[in-house]
Amino acid sequence: MSASLLFSQLMGGLTTAMFLFLIASGLSLVFGVMRVINFAHGSFYMLGAYLAWQGVQWFHPTGVGFWAAAVFAACAVGLLGAVVERLFFRSLYGREELYQLLFTYALVLILGDAAKFLWGTGQLSVSTPPVLAGSVEIFGTAQPLYNLFIMALGPAIAVGGWLVLNRSGIGRMVRAAQMDREMLGALGANVGTIYTGMFVFSSFLAGLSGALVTPIQSIVPGMDVLIIVQAFIVVVIGGMGSFWGTFWGSVIYGEVLSFGILIFPSFSLFSVFALMAVILIVRPWGLFGRPL
Amino acid sequence: MTETTAQAPAAPIGVPRRENWVRRIPWTFVVFVIACSVPWLGSRYNVFLAEQIAIDALFAASLNLLLGTTGLVSFGHVAYFGVGAYVCGILMKTYAVPFWLAFPAAGLGTALFALVSGYFCVRLIKLYFAMLTLAFSQIVWAVAYKWNDVTGGDQGLPEIPFPNLDWMSSIPGLGDLRTSDQFYLLAVFLIAVSLAVLHRIVRSPFGRVLTTIRDNPERAAFIGINVRAYQLAAFVVAGTFAGFAGALYGIFSRGVFADYVFWSKSAEVMIMTLLGGMDYFWGPPVGALALVWLNQQITDYTEYWPFVLGAILLILLFGFPGGIVGGIDALWRRLRRGFGA
Repeated sequence: MSASLLFSQLMGGLTTAMFLFLIASGLSLVFGVMRVINFAHGSFYMLGAYLAWQGVQWFHPTGVGFWAAAVFAACAVGLLGAVVERLFFRSLYGREELYQLLFTYALVLILGDAAKFLWGTGQLSVSTPPVLAGSVEIFGTAQPLYNLFIMALGPAIAVGGWLVLNRSGIGRMVRAAQMDREMLGALGANVGTIYTGMFVFSSFLAGLSGALVTPIQSIVPGMDVLIIVQAFIVVVIGGMGSFWGTFWGSVIYGEVLSFGILIFPSFSLFSVFALMAVILIVRPWGLFGRPL
Repeated sequence: MTETTAQAPAAPIGVPRRENWVRRIPWTFVVFVIACSVPWLGSRYNVFLAEQIAIDALFAASLNLLLGTTGLVSFGHVAYFGVGAYVCGILMKTYAVPFWLAFPAAGLGTALFALVSGYFCVRLIKLYFAMLTLAFSQIVWAVAYKWNDVTGGDQGLPEIPFPNLDWMSSIPGLGDLRTSDQFYLLAVFLIAVSLAVLHRIVRSPFGRVLTTIRDNPERAAFIGINVRAYQLAAFVVAGTFAGFAGALYGIFSRGVFADYVFWSKSAEVMIMTLLGGMDYFWGPPVGALALVWLNQQITDYTEYWPFVLGAILLILLFGFPGGIVGGIDALWRRLRRGFGA
């Protein structure tokens, strides 16, 4: 095994990790605040990808087509999140977790078919935006610029999210809602608005990550149920509701998968699920989370 | 789970429960006889549907032992279905083990797996329990998908043989049936026995303890019940019967494939349970019947079956949390009250 091979596995793992972080951070936020596991998060991600493709078709002539499409997709998915939260989710907060899980699964079914209806079952792809189309050589390996961009975006969002959560008034409200929803309401804060805001932000992140993944992955039906399981693993490893936990959880997942393929090709899939099970058994609240 | 109790309305002690002609009909026996007569009365396609319904009925009823009776939200029940299907399929295809050995072996293998995985699962509460069951089911999926030498990997295990049913041909009246029809009769018989055993378990003192745990685990622990041990026992029983259902399904569909074990299948069987009504023992089988029948009706018109399923689920969650049997039960009671009976 040469050093450059190891390095390219490392970078590949990091790219996967940062994508997963973008997706899983929204899932983790919603879990942390609302104590709801949102299966539909993967569907939001898929819709983000399809909407980005659609946006690229519409805005193509201009040079900023891809970026406009990504913002459009993320905002549209965020809007959908607002509708879902206000219309349905709201009435499920007091109910048992079974109903919440199955509600989000109903969304998976409906949105999955809606995407098939609107965009068909074929593969769609989006070309890399021209600014980031090239690649640079590092340690004798060619690293696509786009992957490097994602690797920079992940930590940027992590730091930004951490700053907002820990150093701003909104973040204080969100953390208070995580700890004691009723007390926050009793103190006069509008908990309902905080919940809607969190859900919209989480959907926005899912839509954004779906849009950003399009240049390196083709858009296919079924990408929703595949990604959601991976996002679950990341969130479980890091700790549900913990922002940095999700970050490190994605790094661990990405690298275990990447090096697992190198060392035991047929066990890498098994190893990530086994890792999830072991973490749940030993520390159900994850490496960086707090017990409920 | 909170709306109604799992059992029929309890009559006050000392007062005999009011009997009426609807209750006097032995419904389970009637359904069994109807199910057995499908090969003579219906087409080959009817037998196919009936077998699918019967297997799903057992699978959903086994899940309901966790969901409705014990109040454990398992999001990975398909793992036990899959283990049963693979154990039975591998034994029968790869090692040519006869069915009468492979079928109990499938149950035993599933029970062992449920014992090991359940031991860890019941230590966790609520959502973490659901997540760990999901993790175990994905482990089974990953093993099934990648372990080419044993499970066939992504190719699966096609062409699992039918059991040797020559003994059945010597029974008068069954001799001129197709092998698939003979297997159908065997499956219906095994499923009926399994459902009867499950029913006994739910109605036994053991089952009552499970319901107590569902309603209030703290209080159950307080009166001296070992909550985790009972939950684990329920987990193993539910897993074993799911394994039996899986074993039959593998032979019925002439193959076992990794797709059977993917996590979304767990959600499907949950929908069946909810659709039928998880507060009733016969709810999940009714849900299986309704869902398989609906699927067959709707796929004639549109390929968007998941969309319809999602819409049904929304209606159930927001309108009829008691499911079909719960709805019928409520309607029945209202009618009786209306007539002053």
